[in-house]
Amino acid sequence: MEEQLKIDFEKKLKDFSYSDQEKKFKETNFKEFLKNGFPNRKLENWKFSDLNQIIKNNIGELTFYNDYKKENQIDKIELISELEHNKIIIVDGKIEKIDFKFEDKDKIDVLVEQSEETIKENINSLINLNNAFSNKFCKIIIKKNYSLKKPLIIYHSTNKNTQSKNTNSRIDFKLEENACLRLIDIFKDNSEKNFLNIYYNFELDKSSILKNYKIDKAINNNVKYSYNNVKQEANSISETFILSSGSKFFKNEINCDLQGQHSSAFVNGIFDLDDENHHEIKSNINHLVENTKSYQLVKSVLEKKSKAVYQGKIFVSSEAQKTDGYQLSNAILLSENSEFNAKPELEIYADDVKCSHGSSSGSLDENSIFYLMSRGLNYKEAKKLLINGFLLDVIEKITDEEIKNLIKDLLGVKQ
Amino acid sequence: MRDKQIEDLKDYKYGFSTDIENFKAPKGLNEDVIKFISNIKKEPKWLLEWRLKAFERLKVLKEPDWQKPKYPKIDYQDLYYYSAPKSFKDKPKSLDELDPKLLETYQKLGIPLNEQKRLNGIAVDAVFDSVSVATTFKETLTKQGIIFCSISEAVQKHPELVKKYLGTVIPLTDHFFATLNSAVFTDGSFVYIPPGVRCPMELSTYFRINASDTGQFERTLIIADKGSYVSYLEGCTAPMRDENQLHAANVELIALDDAEIKYSTVQNWYPGDKDGKGGIYNFVTKRGLCKGKNSKISWTQVETGSAITWKYPSCILKGDNSIGEFYSIAITNNHQKADTGTKMIHLGKNTKSKIISKGISAGFSDMTYRGLVDISPKATNSNNFTQCDSLLMGNKCGAHTVPYIKNKNSDSNIAHEATTSKISEEQLHYCQQRGLNPEEAVGLIVNGFCKEVLQQLPMEFAVEAQKLVGISLEGSVG
Repeated sequence: MEEQLKIDFEKKLKDFSYSDQEKKFKETNFKEFLKNGFPNRKLENWKFSDLNQIIKNNIGELTFYNDYKKENQIDKIELISELEHNKIIIVDGKIEKIDFKFEDKDKIDVLVEQSEETIKENINSLINLNNAFSNKFCKIIIKKNYSLKKPLIIYHSTNKNTQSKNTNSRIDFKLEENACLRLIDIFKDNSEKNFLNIYYNFELDKSSILKNYKIDKAINNNVKYSYNNVKQEANSISETFILSSGSKFFKNEINCDLQGQHSSAFVNGIFDLDDENHHEIKSNINHLVENTKSYQLVKSVLEKKSKAVYQGKIFVSSEAQKTDGYQLSNAILLSENSEFNAKPELEIYADDVKCSHGSSSGSLDENSIFYLMSRGLNYKEAKKLLINGFLLDVIEKITDEEIKNLIKDLLGVKQ
Repeated sequence: MRDKQIEDLKDYKYGFSTDIENFKAPKGLNEDVIKFISNIKKEPKWLLEWRLKAFERLKVLKEPDWQKPKYPKIDYQDLYYYSAPKSFKDKPKSLDELDPKLLETYQKLGIPLNEQKRLNGIAVDAVFDSVSVATTFKETLTKQGIIFCSISEAVQKHPELVKKYLGTVIPLTDHFFATLNSAVFTDGSFVYIPPGVRCPMELSTYFRINASDTGQFERTLIIADKGSYVSYLEGCTAPMRDENQLHAANVELIALDDAEIKYSTVQNWYPGDKDGKGGIYNFVTKRGLCKGKNSKISWTQVETGSAITWKYPSCILKGDNSIGEFYSIAITNNHQKADTGTKMIHLGKNTKSKIISKGISAGFSDMTYRGLVDISPKATNSNNFTQCDSLLMGNKCGAHTVPYIKNKNSDSNIAHEATTSKISEEQLHYCQQRGLNPEEAVGLIVNGFCKEVLQQLPMEFAVEAQKLVGISLEGSVG
């Protein structure tokens, strides 16, 4: 793989005219990735999901070069019709279309970013890979006091003949004071056996609100990784909802720095897995100042040979008194071969805090099934009803009514 | 200045050392030292070979570094691996033959052997440095067929038992410190309870680390045969030393069909002074195997001492219907650090485990609960319940919870709960209103917080432990 990496990286540097600064940035990141490679289970963070192995088993040899000069066909992508929305379409890691047709153009800036000079934070090797191979990334700025009228949907898609490829995309968002953004990620896979690597940066200024809904519903054979890096100033709110279901492998990582007082972060997730799918949510909530709040709820329903992993960490620095941190994960294992792993972690250095976590996993409650069946439902119906109720708990946490209904439709859950 | 130093020394009640000339193996870790230890203990050939095999393995192993408390690198070549009081070369036949100075040390510690023998009805196998001083109450136990002696003695007298079970729970190829112990272990306790026997008394060992620079490498092996029961107590105090002393013990428990082992520890080794200087490194490997059906192993620990405590008493629930329990109180104050917890590995059907962990950190200390619950695909109908609560006193200390939960069986249930909080002002106010001073109030509340675990301790220990909880937190209020 190393050979392939070097060939592809050289080709990339040759084909695109990068400024010296960009070149340097890409090279440092590339070197860093070469040094560490794809993460494996020796790393604490990847203990339950050995990406190196997963790529080997599901994809085999990866190639890394993507021709960003070439136009991708986007009209074949099936768009969401139930909901009026702004859109960004990404195909093979390249942003093909940015369309804010419902919005006031003065209030939104879209910049094509220069690469940074140095790596600000060395997060992990996948981010290095992303920085080295991604196309120019864009930065979207929502101006002060502006609240988007319609949600923004980002479609992540692949070309029909893209196979065994690694695609990288990165978007930075800045929400200025009192701005509000509803962002939905939807995956439309047109080909198989690719590794999608998505990296988002969010800067939330005072009193801004971010709602990010990630929907991975369509069944596909791709391996995906997504990293959300959220920095929050005073009174800001971030809400992340993850529906993790369709892909072969998907790891969602959320890093949230609560660095302004009275900021809060919510992370909710559903694993609805079947076959041999293996999904993970890893959250890192860092309470860095006083009076911050976080809430996490993750529920899993696991069929056949599927495997779900939830690693949730709450970090409370010694300055962060009056922190309120809560974390709960429940899992229902429906098959003998399914597996649920959890690592709910607390790292606390302040004493005046309220932090707790809970985790449970087990089978469907036979008594409840009996109750429903004694009232005339068959086993299948009873099971479905119970699971619906179980998952509805998380869906009800979604604060946006429109999107809540959309997700309910997608999951086939009724009220 | 000098007065102040003396004053400081007084802080640690047990901070003294007896000046019995020590009989030591040469410094360093190599094959010759291992041969020396084996030779001096008159060990059979197979055991020496076993030790050397462990040493071979040790050469390729690396010290683990994933733990939370970091410590300065230990120079393993700069330690003595064997030291025994010189007057001990010929073992005494009875207590009367003991070195009076040694007996005096125990008096200061509050364990007068003779007294204890009569009053408490506990058989005490006292370990002074690395050699068993005396084993008492042997006769009563022998009558029932119970073997309770030092492991060196067991090697001589019951080689077939030792050979059969040694290293079956903690194999030679385990992690660095366990393997180090396998190569150089000096002494420890050996217990065998024959089938159907309920041990009539609590078996107990008091450890005491003496002689500076000596890492103590204890090895304990407890076997409960079919249908038997034993409760074993371990308690320790160590004299004050400036250099950090390494303690890497291995404890192996084996419970056969229908057997039950209860293992309780009160650990109060020297934690270092107020500035975090000195103190013991307590890197112990404790593991129990519920080998037979319906067997049960229960760990109870009260950890208040040591500069660094790093241990995970574990249960491997192999037999069907076996039960594993873990009750723990860990208290850290000043600059102490602890990374402790348990592993419950469910392999058999209908296995159950319960984990109750209470952590209290004060001063500049750091405390981590790290635990694993692993239910394998074959362990149908298994159950686990985990509760770990932490209490923080002050904002210079840390409390962390790192549970690993793996469920690979759909018929099994795992429930985990954890909370972190501080002592509420209302509670303190309530107690003080009724005439307690702040320190007493905190002591009372903390004791209440730990009650679930303290209840699990045998009577004699419960009292001592309750006092320890209070003493450990002295100076952390206000």
